[in-house]
Formats: sequence, C-alpha cells, structure tokens
Amino acid sequence: MNKTIKQIQLGLAQGDYSSVEITRDYLTRIKQHNSSINAFITVTEEQALQQATLADQQIAAGQSTALTGIPLAHKDIFCTDGTLTTCGSRMLENFRAPYNANVIEKFEAEHAVMLGKTNMDEFAMGSSNESSYFGPVKNPWNTECVPGGSSGGSAAAIAAGMAPGATGTDTGGSIRQPAALCGVSGIKPTYGRVSRYGMIAYASSLDQGGPMAHTAEDCAILLQTMAGFDARDSTSMEQPVPDYCAALNQDLGGLKIGLPKEYFAEGLNDDVARCIDESIQQFTKLGAEIREVSLPNSKIAIPTYYVVAMAECSSNLSRFDGVRFGHRCDDPKDLEDLYKRSRGEGFGEEVKRRIMIGAYTLSAGYYDAFYLKAQKLRRLISQDFAQAFAEVDIIAGPTTPEVAFKTGDKTADPVSMYLQDIYTISVNLAGLPGMSIPAGLVDNKPVGLQLIGNYFEESRLLNAAHQFQLNTDWHQQSPEVK
Amino acid sequence: MQWETVIGLEIHAQLATRSKIFSAASTAFGAEPNTQACAVDLGLPGVLPVLNAEAVNMAIKFGVAIDAEIGRESVFARKNYFYPDLPKGYQISQFELPIVGKGEISISPQEGVHKVIGVTRAHLEEDAGKSLHDQFPNQTGIDLNRAGTPLLEIVSGPDLRSAKEAVAYARKIHALVQFLDICDGNMQEGSFRCDANVSVRPLGEAKLGTRAEIKNINSFRFLERAINYEIERQVELIEDGGRVVQETRLYDADKNETRSMRSKEEANDYRYFPDPDLLPVRVTDADIEAIRASLPELPEQKRQRYVEQLNLSEYNAELLSGSREIADYFETALASAPELSSLLSNWILGDLTGALNKSEKSFADSPVSPALLIGLLRRIADNTISGKIAKEVFEAIWNGEGDADHIIESRGLKQITDSGAIEKLIDDVIAKNPEQVQQFREGKEKVLGFFVGQIMQQSKGKANPGQVNQLLRAKLKP
Repeated sequence: MNKTIKQIQLGLAQGDYSSVEITRDYLTRIKQHNSSINAFITVTEEQALQQATLADQQIAAGQSTALTGIPLAHKDIFCTDGTLTTCGSRMLENFRAPYNANVIEKFEAEHAVMLGKTNMDEFAMGSSNESSYFGPVKNPWNTECVPGGSSGGSAAAIAAGMAPGATGTDTGGSIRQPAALCGVSGIKPTYGRVSRYGMIAYASSLDQGGPMAHTAEDCAILLQTMAGFDARDSTSMEQPVPDYCAALNQDLGGLKIGLPKEYFAEGLNDDVARCIDESIQQFTKLGAEIREVSLPNSKIAIPTYYVVAMAECSSNLSRFDGVRFGHRCDDPKDLEDLYKRSRGEGFGEEVKRRIMIGAYTLSAGYYDAFYLKAQKLRRLISQDFAQAFAEVDIIAGPTTPEVAFKTGDKTADPVSMYLQDIYTISVNLAGLPGMSIPAGLVDNKPVGLQLIGNYFEESRLLNAAHQFQLNTDWHQQSPEVK
Repeated sequence: MQWETVIGLEIHAQLATRSKIFSAASTAFGAEPNTQACAVDLGLPGVLPVLNAEAVNMAIKFGVAIDAEIGRESVFARKNYFYPDLPKGYQISQFELPIVGKGEISISPQEGVHKVIGVTRAHLEEDAGKSLHDQFPNQTGIDLNRAGTPLLEIVSGPDLRSAKEAVAYARKIHALVQFLDICDGNMQEGSFRCDANVSVRPLGEAKLGTRAEIKNINSFRFLERAINYEIERQVELIEDGGRVVQETRLYDADKNETRSMRSKEEANDYRYFPDPDLLPVRVTDADIEAIRASLPELPEQKRQRYVEQLNLSEYNAELLSGSREIADYFETALASAPELSSLLSNWILGDLTGALNKSEKSFADSPVSPALLIGLLRRIADNTISGKIAKEVFEAIWNGEGDADHIIESRGLKQITDSGAIEKLIDDVIAKNPEQVQQFREGKEKVLGFFVGQIMQQSKGKANPGQVNQLLRAKLKP
C-alpha cells in the first residue's frame, strides 16, 4: 500500500496524480498519525504545497528531473533556510538557519518537496529516539516500542506511510539501526561521499548523511542526488558519482559475500539470527558465494567509538553557548552563569553525559590513554575490513542484535543502549558504506540485514539489496498504524 | 648578585590574505561591527571550515625565508575554551605538527654586533573576534569581523638576553614579513602583535627562571619598556625574598607597568586534538621550491648587495635594508640614478629621515617623493647648487613648492660658477679688508675662512665653494 519513490515518479510522469495531490496525501497521513508516532518535529505544509505547485509547473513544462515533485522528509539535523532546525534539542528549539545544507540545496534544485523535519535523538545522540526534547518517536509496528535512533523520526515516517523517503545521518548506526527496527531500507555512504555542510555535527569524523526509503532502488535514486563533492566540506571526496540506478540490475552470480563470525556470536537474538540465515540462503540462490570472514577487533569497536565520538562532540557542541543563537538562560548574573545555565538548561541528559565524558578523554593527562589510543584502535578496525575485503566483495550480517525494544527499557542503562550499535559502529570507524534492508519479522517486528561494502562501492550494496528485494517481500510489509 | 635576563617572543602576524583563513569573508580592517562575519565566522551550526591556500603559501614563504624546516604534513588542531568572542568555543590552530619548524634569524642589536636567534616554530591559526566593553552600559558587545583572520604565530627560542635584543628581533621579523608581503605590519591596527616571555636567573645559572608572559604590547617602544619594567620587577621580587609566579601579565602603557591578568592555577586545559573537519596540509618539495623561487630579495640579501655592489657603508646598508618602506624608497629613487647611490643613502638616512620623524610621517607618505629627491640630488651632483643650498631647496620641496629645478630657478639659487663673477666678489672683499689680507700674507692661514665666509655671504651662498677657495688663494698670494 505504501508507494515507492519509483512508483511516484511514474505516477507523476503519467499524470495519474499531480505533485500537489500526492503531497496532500502525505500531509493528510501525517495529520492522522503524527500525534501517535511523533515522527515529525515540524511539518512544513504551506511550503510543501508551494514547492509541489512549482514542481507541477516544471513537470508540465517537461523540465522534471528524477525527484521533481517527490515529497520527502528531512531529519531535523539538516539546516533548512527559514524553517526551524532543532536537532531534537531544547537548545535549538527556536533556531532558524539562514542557509540550506548542501543536501537540502540539492533536493531543492531538483524541485523535490519537503514535507517537514523529522524527530531524532537530541543532537543525534541515541539509539532509541528517546533523547529528543520533542518526545520519543514510536515504532509504527508497535507503538510501545522504540523506532531506533537517531534517525528514528525518518524511519518511522516512512514505515507509517507519512513520507516515501527521507534523509538521515549515521554516526554509529543512526540510519541503519532505525531502518532495521522500522522495516525500511537505508544506506550510510562512504565517509566523504555526501557533503556534511549544513548537517549539524555530532562527531565530525564519523557523521555521514544518507537516504532512507522503502526499497534499495529508492535509496539509489535519492543517493544519486545527495552524493558528490562539495568544496565547502573539506572532508568530502572528489570522486565521480556513479549511476547507482544503472547498476541495480546486475546479476549476483559469483558475488562473494563474507559473514563475519564475530557478528553471529553471543548476544545475537536467536530469531534474528534465523532471519539473517534465511536471507543469506536467498543470496546463495541468487548465485552469491558465501564465506566466513573475521573482524577480530569488533569487540573493541564500541569503546573506541565512544571515545572518538564523545571527544569530538564535546568540542562540536561548544558553540552552543547562549551567546549568538540558541537557548539563553534568563537574567544571567555574569558570563559564567550565562554559559552554565544556558547549556545546563538547553542540553538533555544524554548530551551532557557525552560532552562530559568527551571533555574528560581530551583533558591533559588522559588524552594519550583515551583519544590517541582510540585512534590507534580505529586503524586496527579499518585493517580488519581491508583484510576481509581482500577476500570478499561485500560483508553481510545482522544490523542489530535484537528487534525493537520497549520504550523506557534501556534508558536507565546507557551501556546496554550503546550495545545496540555493536554491528554498525565499526563501519563508521572505518568510514565504509553500510546498508540495512528488511529481512524478516520477529513478533511482528522487523529484522534488518546489514550489507557492508568497500570504500565508494555503494553501487554494489544497492545492487545486492535490490536483487534481494526483487526476490523477497519483506520491504513490502507495512505495519497497521493505529 | 648579577642577573641574566631570558626572553622569548611570541609574535602574531596577521597574514595579508584577502579572505579569512577558513571562510570567504573579507579581512579588511575597520568595517562596521559584524559586517564581515559570515556563517562560518559566526560558528553557526552545520558550517565547516575550508582552508585558504594563500595563508599556507604565506606561512611557507616565511619558513623558507628563515631557512626553517617546512612541515610536510601539518595538522590543524582545536584549542578548546569558552569566550564570547570565540564563536565556536574553540580556536583552530596548530599544535603538534606546525607548518613551519625550526629556523633562525640574525639580528644586529647595535652597530657591529650580530647574533643569531632561533625561531622554534611558526604555526597558522585563526584570530578571535573582539569584545567591546565600553560601548554599551552594563553590556559587552561582540564584533566578529576579526574572527577567522589568518595569523602566523612565530615563536622564538629563549635566546634573547635584553629588551634591546628583543626589540631588534621583533623589528627584524617585522621587516621580514613586510618584505615577504605576507603582513602589513600595522601595529596600531593589531596586524603585528608581540607577547614577551620574560624570566631572570642568576648569571651563570643553567636552569631557566620562572617566566611571566606579557601581553598587550602594541609598539616596539612599549616592548622595550614593558620588558625592562618586568625585569626590574622580577629582580626586586627575588632579591626581597619573593618568588616569581608563572602568569600572564598585561602591560599598561599609560602607567608603564605590567599587571597580573591570570595565574597558571586558573589557566585553561585547552584539550587540543586534531580538527576532524580539516585534512592534514601536505606540502611537497616542488611546492617549497616554487615558493623559494618566487621569494623577493630579502633584507639580508639587500644589505649584502648594498655593501658589495653599491659600496655603501655597513651601517647605511643595515639601515636601508632595515624596513620594507625605507628599502622600497631607496630602490625606487636609485633606479633612475644609480650613480647617486652614496649621496642618496646619506640624504635618505639624514635629512629625509629627520624630517619624517619630526612630522611623524612614513616613507610612503613622504611629501618628498623618490623622484623629487633625485631631482634635487642631480642638481647637487652637477654643481648647480651646493650642499648647503640643497637643504633650503629640500625644505621648499617638502613644503610643496614644486621640484628642485623650479625652486632653484624661482628663488635664484643657482650656484655661481662663472670665474669672472667670483673674481669680482673676491676683489671686493679683498679691497674692503686690507688688514686681514696683511695677516694672511704674514702666514695666518685661518684668515682664509674669514674671506670665504664673507664671499659666500655676498653671494648669498651661491658661489661655488671650490672655485672660491681656489681663486681666493691665487689672489691673496703676495
């Protein structure tokens, strides 16, 4: 019942409906369900309809491109000129950026329609979307459960039919994990593939924007627009962007898929493991060769990640000081009071925890033991992947150790929450592309299959995922949203 | 007890790039507050720094000029601290791997003395904005126009032993960055700032004393005064049984004293780490060679050339190569009259420098342009006027009365070289002073001066002194 972007492209091209009509459909759906799902922080109805009207004119004039008139939702971490960009924080509750993120510019240039800004863990710090100042997002498959995070709003919006596609960002699994928990497809590209300009930084050396949608094919369409060099982001790469859609239909015969033994060890839920096994068998049927590989340093990925990410975030979030923008406390007594109360009131608990730990790991006398050590371990983790990719074309395994858990279950225990990202985090540390696609249901809750590729081999991941989806229907399952 | 002073200088030179080090905003001085601060300079969420390649080139120029190691892979790091005029809550600087490593520079603190001073490193960083404490009652204004202006921080070794040496070193660096065209050197506008680390120790002691860092010094004169004040303060403190504490002190030029600003105990832990938004800066041998080939002639090379090719004295050569503006003036003038090098150097360092100092003008704003000065010197060289008359003409040129020829003509200052005319003057004077003629003929040589004086007076200084001398002697012969 949920339309794919591919189907909407066709519908618009054939004149089955206009962009204004399809945009209205989604806006109606958002009105119906956002109160229970809380996927959107801001709905930009008026602007969406204006954009849709303009898009219809483009289509009528025969000037449409791949995304003209396609309604999309954007994670509230991407700055959008003139509308609110909150990053899920009280700190930016009233913040309007005076510019568009590179990704937003690119969608606007194609006359895509923005439905609104999606909910997220505060400053992208979380795996359950419970740290948002604007309230937790509910998983459309089971509203007692979390949608995953931090791009939980985007994943839930797609799963609940409130948007056919959305942007997300992934620092340690924040696209893949919510995609898995909500039963949608999502890809975190190679670090440097998508510009970070205008994407509010959490951990700069790990953050990467990417698309989320129902299908791998839709992800390919969206990534085509999002990817590319941007002179305003020094870490963006001057690599040509391949035609992702053209590569989707390659045969998988002879594709070598590696299964890291560490990803199937203790901690993985049995039912999830069964779904992953069945998916792997599907790939075998499609002609892929399966091998075991080893990523021996996987066990150190989580501590390494949390040192690197928290160190960077402690510095990245210093600009939120109440001086130039964002939350400012009432009647500061002096400068120190201004800083302390503005930041104390503006940031939530998880953000404060990470800033404090990060500042600690960078402080004199601890830097070598934590930050430098983590950088060394990061190299070891990259080497693991380099060795694996010498033998296989892609790596496959579970995206998460279990399906969506209940809201509130892990909030008291940060470490159990951090373990949600055990299979996704290494990919960010190495800077590799990773994808999650629906691969089954356990207790009517989605299971995600993770595919990891070598640098700039997004095409291979999208191709494998698309071929899988041509032969399975997990991506077509949708929850009954109440 | 004999005390030895140890000084190291940290010089911040604002690089003369058109745009900022990490954004496209203009670096021009003096605009309305916050009109030259873009989203990057404001540290808005989501923006990213992009390195200005020209700033890197300028830093390498400096490095090559002081024969320093150039970092083949230098890294930008974040220096984290909170201050309202520091928009991101961190300053992008270089910490472990600077663009310029160890180098050295030779100074001449007094005539005939040369000393080599080590430069420990020079690194690139961004400037902060300005806090305006006196414009709004009970409030502080923030002007971020300066935020993101590229700075080259040049750190000397603890090699300086007196305030004089420190000033000589600072002047030398000041001249160098101007010759290299990488800094305008304007100290009033803050384009060139010095912080001094000062400590004292008993003469002969190997261990360094505890240092104080003196900030807020905006002229070479104040640098010398601030250091001398600080030396005296520290020596008195120790001799009275006290201890110097490591701290930052502000120099107050009005009171000529340094005051404690913050002590080490309150010092920040800057939590430096490599900036993940910027890639390491890679510099190849070819890059360095290309920059080396593009370097202008440096002060040291100029000094040598002035001595060896122009036959100027060591002293004059040192002074003429001592600053960009004086060297530019000298060479512009010299280009049209290379044969006048010696006369020119004397006039620049004598009358012109004197007049400029008196009216507090720079060579660039001199009312007597290089062309006007050469016009004057040509008339001295071809005997149209004497050196003495030249001073009068110089003053007239300074006052805007036109070029030398015009002034000589209109004032009738042309030297009298016609022997007949001079002989007539001599005859008159001899006729009026028989007594002195007698004295001379009796062997009183001194009287000759009297006659010359009289004749010059009669000619209003215009008679050619050489001719006067020669003809006078002939006529006085018995």
